[in-house]
Amino acid sequence: MSAEHIPIIKMDEFLLVTIQEGIHDRLAITLQEELTAKVASTGARGVLLDISGLDMVDSFLGRLLSTIASITRIMDAETVVVGMQPAIAITLVEMGLSMPGVLTALNVDKGMTLLRRRLSQAKEVTCVPDIKAIHDGSSDRG
Amino acid sequence: MSPTSKQSTMAAQTEADLVSARHLARSYAKDLGLGLVDETKLVTAVSELTRNLIVHGGGGSVFIERIDEVSRHGIRAVFEDHGPGIANINLAMMDGHSSTKSLGLGLPGSKRLVSEFQIDSEAGKGTRVTITKWK
Repeated sequence: MSAEHIPIIKMDEFLLVTIQEGIHDRLAITLQEELTAKVASTGARGVLLDISGLDMVDSFLGRLLSTIASITRIMDAETVVVGMQPAIAITLVEMGLSMPGVLTALNVDKGMTLLRRRLSQAKEVTCVPDIKAIHDGSSDRG
Repeated sequence: MSPTSKQSTMAAQTEADLVSARHLARSYAKDLGLGLVDETKLVTAVSELTRNLIVHGGGGSVFIERIDEVSRHGIRAVFEDHGPGIANINLAMMDGHSSTKSLGLGLPGSKRLVSEFQIDSEAGKGTRVTITKWK
């Protein structure tokens, strides 16, 4: 029981984690630590947290998802929570837990597409850094 | 077994008990025929309140019963501990107030998920939270 782990699978430049029903608090904390270590060791650019197998997300789990997203973002990897059941979404919002800043997608495929799009956008932005400055300059003259 | 006698009590001390409490609540919800959204709300509230027992109350008990009245049917759950109690209930019921590093949504969030919510607490004696979800 003490040796429980949630498998972290590498898919291209992303990591996929499937969270199963019945996850308990200690295992959830272990996941947070192992996932962060894996992002560092693999240089992954994105994390997909598949929660389609969860039939409930309470404030503890909701906070864990937010925390993982915040930590990986600082480590230059976006996290997308995928597969949230509609009843869970309704429950979270009614509780007052709207998880701001957490990217979501309907399923793993859409989550991968979202991550790829954000990665390519990030590349474009770094190539053309002065667009905003040019616009600001023209409005100054007008 | 008559429907009104359907009730269960379990001890809540460990994280494994937390998972069991969720399963128990779900089985009552399914038995009553709650819709999936209401079932999820009830199970989530039970999870929050059972965690409160374990984290703040030093463990306690969870009691769940099916209620069958003439015109309405529901599920009632009682969470009882003999921990330190809550000194200021109004403060504890406020969003974002937390005595640990949690989000502080446990009590106010649970209240929004159920039909009725009652909390009784006495400093040094313990806390009892009663929730009811009507179908």
